[in-house]
Amino acid sequence: MRPPSPSIPEKEFLFTALKQSLRLDGRQPLEQRQVELNFGPELGWVECAQGKTRVLAHVDAKMVKPPPERPFEGIISIHSEISPMASSEYESGRPSEEEVTITRMLDKVIRRSDTVDKESLCILAGQRVWHLRLTIHCLADSGNMLDCACLAGLVALKHFRRPEVEVIGEEVTVHLPTSRAPLPLSLHHTPYCFTFAFFPDTSIPPVLDPNLLEQRLSGGLISIALNAQRELCVVQKSGGVPLVPDDVLKIVDVAVNRAKELDALVESRLKEDWAGRKIEVI
Amino acid sequence: MSSRIEILNAGGYRSDGRRQYELRTISIDLSPRGSGADGSATLSHGLTQVSVCVFGPREAKMRSQTFHDRANINVEIGIAAFSSSERRKRGRGDKRVLELSHTLKATFEPVIQTSLYPRSQIDIYIQVLQQDGGLLQACVNATTLALINAGIPLYDFVCAVTGGVHSTSPLLDLTLLEENDLPNVTVAVMPRTGKVALVTMETRLHVDRFEEIFRLAGEAGKVIHGEMKRAVKERTQDLVNAMQSVGKAAGTEVVDEY
Repeated sequence: MRPPSPSIPEKEFLFTALKQSLRLDGRQPLEQRQVELNFGPELGWVECAQGKTRVLAHVDAKMVKPPPERPFEGIISIHSEISPMASSEYESGRPSEEEVTITRMLDKVIRRSDTVDKESLCILAGQRVWHLRLTIHCLADSGNMLDCACLAGLVALKHFRRPEVEVIGEEVTVHLPTSRAPLPLSLHHTPYCFTFAFFPDTSIPPVLDPNLLEQRLSGGLISIALNAQRELCVVQKSGGVPLVPDDVLKIVDVAVNRAKELDALVESRLKEDWAGRKIEVI
Repeated sequence: MSSRIEILNAGGYRSDGRRQYELRTISIDLSPRGSGADGSATLSHGLTQVSVCVFGPREAKMRSQTFHDRANINVEIGIAAFSSSERRKRGRGDKRVLELSHTLKATFEPVIQTSLYPRSQIDIYIQVLQQDGGLLQACVNATTLALINAGIPLYDFVCAVTGGVHSTSPLLDLTLLEENDLPNVTVAVMPRTGKVALVTMETRLHVDRFEEIFRLAGEAGKVIHGEMKRAVKERTQDLVNAMQSVGKAAGTEVVDEY
């Protein structure tokens, strides 16, 4: 059962406010909600929050035999779970359209854009590779869960460290984290996802990081994933109200700047967390 | 394998003998087919071929899916197992197919004047017959034509084109071989206003290159629009001719009715 759509006064109030470039939570149209990253006790355990939207991401690795067609590459699988816990909009059972969009976008942003160097996950060609498993749990949805999930997933990959492995002949030895320091994954780049909402009334400017109400009343979303090196990884505007081409390019420009800011924030938070951890090597 | 085939050779030709900005042959067939679909279209871009049937506006099968102020649009896609070089069955629950149908639904929702048909449903059934790159593009173009053929009022055509970038040179209308190797963008434009209804890109590409190919694909959409418009006009002319010949044979009474 879907929650009722927003009431007419609510809708009119939001649109009038947005026309004056005011947002209900006091942000500028192109301002993101504050990103909060909390790291768990384990490596590769990250909780990411943007406003009231919260997502938990967790990475673990195990050794498997690679499929015969790709003997030199490790495997990454992404499991995303959107339960009714996040919002009453989601039902367990058949995935809704939003869920499909989120899952596919996660797959495109994290897997298809070649974030992780898969060949570095190979231990013994054709025999043993690392299988990374990224689990994403959506804890609460108050708009723009996609960006939050992508960020959580990426930071988890950056935070994660795998145990060191030594190969002598055909013998594989896994060193415990206590004996040798675990190694970070080798990542090619870090794409960040930004979602903009635009509205049926074209006099309303597009807003970055829409909250739940804005998202529900929007005429469509455009998601852009890119890294701090100005490389676009995914651009997705699947339908919705048509946009002027110049507006699309302006939105891309905004995303370029935001990606640099977010990259700086993520790096500093990771450094802080790393400094607070004591790794004992005996 | 693909590294041995040159995407763009020194003479400026692509693997299938086209120039950089050359589009593949478009063929459009708007003749009615099958069991009384209200509109249908078979369109091929080179070797990519899709067939679309539109039913409706008609009464919705499920009451829960109706809206009191507008029509509901339902898109279903079937991909034939023999459509690609490797035989592969994709069920209706496949994530990629679901995403494709969701994309098409969201693209056409603001284009169709749904508010004219409250409490009804428009069904769009798409069958992919052959795949050789540019699947989304073919689906969008064929759906537009089928909707027009069904006489469903649209605000504008929706014309989609794929574009890719090979090192620094932009290419248009990619084949499967090119699509697998190059970063590619699909853009759907509405030619009357020049607005974009859909943009998707899934591979890494520098921002500056993106702008170039994005604008180029927008222009190419207008060329496709010309072709689509011509096909629609030809089909309508055929219908008018057929009506007139019937009118002549039956004498003046029929003419008086109109």
